Amino acid sequence: MQVVSGVRDPLVTGGKTVHDVSHDISIQVENPPAKLWYMAMALSLAVLGYGLYCVVMVLWNGIGMWGLNKTVGWAWDITNFVWWVGIGHAGTLISAILLLFRQKWRMSINRAAEAMTIFAVICAATFPLIHMGRLWLGFYWALPLPNTFGSLWVNFNSPLLWDVFAISTYFTVSLVFWYIGLIPDFAVIRDRAVVQGKQLRATIYNALSFGWEGGAKTWMRYEAVALILAGLSTPLVLSVHTIVSMDFATSIIPGWHTTIFPPYFVAGAIFSGFAMVLTLLLVTRKVFKLEDYITIYHIELMNIIIIVTGSIVGVAYITELFISWYSGVEYEGYAFYNRVQGPYAWAYWSMMTCNVISPQLFWFRKIRTSLVATFVLSIIVNIGMWFERFVIIVTSLHRDYVPSSWTMFHPTAYDIGEYLFTFGLFFTAFLLFAKFFPVINMAEVKSIIRHNSEKVGAAKKEEKQHA
Amino acid sequence: MDANKNFVVGIFDNEDILLEGVEKIRGNGVKIHEVYSPFPVHGLDEVLGYKRSRLPIAAFLFGMTGTSLALLMQIWMLGYDWPMIIGGKNYASLPPFIPVTFELTVLLGALGMVATFMIVSDMKPYKWPRQFDLRSTDDKHVMAIDLALNAGKSKEDIKRILKEAGASEANDKNFD
Repeated sequence: MQVVSGVRDPLVTGGKTVHDVSHDISIQVENPPAKLWYMAMALSLAVLGYGLYCVVMVLWNGIGMWGLNKTVGWAWDITNFVWWVGIGHAGTLISAILLLFRQKWRMSINRAAEAMTIFAVICAATFPLIHMGRLWLGFYWALPLPNTFGSLWVNFNSPLLWDVFAISTYFTVSLVFWYIGLIPDFAVIRDRAVVQGKQLRATIYNALSFGWEGGAKTWMRYEAVALILAGLSTPLVLSVHTIVSMDFATSIIPGWHTTIFPPYFVAGAIFSGFAMVLTLLLVTRKVFKLEDYITIYHIELMNIIIIVTGSIVGVAYITELFISWYSGVEYEGYAFYNRVQGPYAWAYWSMMTCNVISPQLFWFRKIRTSLVATFVLSIIVNIGMWFERFVIIVTSLHRDYVPSSWTMFHPTAYDIGEYLFTFGLFFTAFLLFAKFFPVINMAEVKSIIRHNSEKVGAAKKEEKQHA
Repeated sequence: MDANKNFVVGIFDNEDILLEGVEKIRGNGVKIHEVYSPFPVHGLDEVLGYKRSRLPIAAFLFGMTGTSLALLMQIWMLGYDWPMIIGGKNYASLPPFIPVTFELTVLLGALGMVATFMIVSDMKPYKWPRQFDLRSTDDKHVMAIDLALNAGKSKEDIKRILKEAGASEANDKNFD
């Protein structure tokens, strides 16, 4: 028996029954895609194609094609890498941490958010791989594999290597978690295909569902697996951006060498991840007519997480400024003075406006329950978080210890092209997911329907009769 | 168990009726083969008398395997196979090895547990499951009762017990 407070808003509206859930979600997979889908796919593939051209040019000619120079050795590539990894934090946070906290509102958003996580991590991984210049040697440089140098092993003391392990583990475990969730839903589509007489579809989705039958014993084990995976993923989510922040924090570059980085990066990652989830879900919800499953209540709750994490990020920015002065270290002080007042001040103030000031608008209930405002602000937050990484990386590097090597960073068309490549990759993957996979976790939503939608629906009907 | 071919299949419309129904049916001395549901029903494993899953133990053991392998690998590679002084620290100093150890613990724990789950639940991409009623993945809870295991009762008795326990339908299902 589940008890749902009558004070809370219902998680599924429209008086949906369990059968409606199967129908509403599966029909998106069964119907041929809409014209809009083809148009979006064509655009994504075009961007992906152009991006691929830029990537191939960079691999062929070397990373001199990028705008990096002797002073600024990390710029767009690592900015984009950290940005995408950050975005990849919301999915597993929603499915793991919110599962442990028994937040049932995660159920209709976790599938799409986890898909987003997986694609974002793939996009992130392309940047350090291409930055190696010789991609095909990446395995030897990044993994402890026997090699012809004797074997000369990788350096386990380096945070860059920890990152390889953190991100590949995060990717694998997120993928497994996501897939485990998909298995019962693939079986729904399989059984509907059997009824509809679509043999090929039934066979494909049966294979995808690993011959799922849904017996009580299997469900019992399945729930145990989901709970343990959530328990394992929770510290994992927090570890990934902690380790990404250590790429910077363990160095001796002023502006990077700060102990506040791990919590600050994790909060920022959740902040940007939720912003991206909102951007994507607002569109998905509209296109697939999922208004009854992803309600204003869900959007409001995500906006509240954005205020909380956005404010943590704001406090972190101010703490950094204070400590740079309070530490009395002139290099540290200059690094931050240069951020606020130097040639990249426009980037710093864009970051401050987008990340610290704009999410505060969500304190107004009208704004955080408005779809248009949420959509616009979610994009602003994503822009702001990109600037955050750009500010941290480029402004800390471009004023070297030796003033004769001071310089600016100018991105080339290939820097931008590779960023576009990941956008093409991300949206192509997301569109394929939205077409061929059930975008909402049907099994989980069904488990709350009876005490959520049906009863609320019945109560509403009664109210109407009395009125 | 799968050698048996003749079943009575009871259909239950929702989880509350099902949970009460299972208790009544088992109280009547009918052995239930399995209940198939579109979503996990909390408490169903208890009323069916299933023992708790031991998968958490498997996850722990796989996780510990990950911890040990990660530590052994790092200590052997940097401490013995090719010792190098990095940052003035010992060859094999423990603190920098913790992140990779943690990640491999999680990785092996998760993958090992999921693989165990798939093996014990007999999940394979090329397997078609036995389906008693296709609605069990849509909106009905489907209870399968093996006639061979309930030899003391006639088919009609079982159907009557099912109906009395709240099943909306009681059908025959034979596998050839």
